[in-house]
Amino acid sequence: MTVLFGVFLLTLLVITALAIVRTRHLFVAVILTSIFSLLMAANFFLLDAADVALTEAAIGAGISTVLFLSALALTGEHERATTMNRMLPLAVVAVITLIMIYATFDKPRFGDPEAPVHQHVAPWYIEKTPEFIDIPNVVTAVLGSFRGYDTLGEVFVVFTAGIGVLFLFSARPSNRRNVKRRVRTEPGQGLRHYLVPRVVGRLLIPFILLFGLYVQFHGEYGPGGGFQAGAMVAAAIILYALLEGETQALRALPLHTLTGLVAGGALLFGGVGVAGILLGSNFLDYSVLAADPIAGQHLGLLLIEAGVGITVTGVLLSVFHAFAARGRV
Amino acid sequence: MALLIDIASWILLTLGGAFVFIGGLGALRMPNLYTRIHAGSLTDTMGAMLVIAGIMLQAGASLATIKLAAILLFLLLTSPTASNALASAALLAGVRPDGHPAKSNPEQGK
Repeated sequence: MTVLFGVFLLTLLVITALAIVRTRHLFVAVILTSIFSLLMAANFFLLDAADVALTEAAIGAGISTVLFLSALALTGEHERATTMNRMLPLAVVAVITLIMIYATFDKPRFGDPEAPVHQHVAPWYIEKTPEFIDIPNVVTAVLGSFRGYDTLGEVFVVFTAGIGVLFLFSARPSNRRNVKRRVRTEPGQGLRHYLVPRVVGRLLIPFILLFGLYVQFHGEYGPGGGFQAGAMVAAAIILYALLEGETQALRALPLHTLTGLVAGGALLFGGVGVAGILLGSNFLDYSVLAADPIAGQHLGLLLIEAGVGITVTGVLLSVFHAFAARGRV
Repeated sequence: MALLIDIASWILLTLGGAFVFIGGLGALRMPNLYTRIHAGSLTDTMGAMLVIAGIMLQAGASLATIKLAAILLFLLLTSPTASNALASAALLAGVRPDGHPAKSNPEQGK
């Protein structure tokens, strides 16, 4: 049954990918990309990767669609006709496809328990997580503690990307005529005159925030964690900005607070690592944070997940506001 | 008893599937945007309600049922809102309900 669902979802994925390539209308392409991410999330869930599925659904299908749409509001909705020769890209893609199909011949069977990926370090993590960290969600243990360096790296990638986008947007547009004015309503007013979305949206925002906090702090026990929670909290505030207008959202969370969040989360993560050194152990070793090593691990995971969530929220909101502010110029 | 619940659940699931199918068919075949929205919103409300009710019967009295109820409540709040927002946006963009594009300014502030 799982295989049947998998084949069905993958077929839909291929159809969506072809549709994305074929459409010339960028708005349609963005919505199709969102559908692609949602299908991918369902696929991950089918493969029992609930954490990845949650991330893909929150970030891929949710937030990136909003950011793509904000970018589209600044540019046009139609793809420029290409004048490039199409034979060369086609040849490159064909060669890579052939190589990838050739590579699949060496892959183990789908779901094979003897596959190298299930025999290498995974058994060790599954065996040692209850002993060293004692939390039910092995994914969070691996992500936060065993492979803490990788997650630190990811947070700094998010941090750097956010700073890069903010730098790009801090430059004034040189050619004003190219910036199309698409905003019909009063700038910064949002959807104040649409009653139904406004009422329902306002009703939902507290619950979205609550669910974000649940995902944030329940990451040790179930699927979730800082990345997903950050995206959800950012989504709630973006919804607020859409309903009540940019100005209101910026009044609730001003830009300098957002900058503080972006830097503060990454700093919190790094600080937890340095605290490990100062307390006489290695960088990002949480065992020394409390008298009991397992309690220390729990505290460390809680703090670094909070750091991840804070940075992700800050970066996503800063980027959203940067796009929106550019649209008002 | 278990058999009765199973039968009821399957009836609900099949009906829900039928509503989703009809909604999908309508979204493809209806003549203009507003009727298509109308057909599409059927899948989100009636279809989702019946399917989730069917799954709830399968889940029995457990935590899963409460979660499903929460999902149902969320869907019942958001999907009609999304359909409404879509229709208002279409009206604001100048798509007239009879399917022809507006000649002059669309009705603003509806």
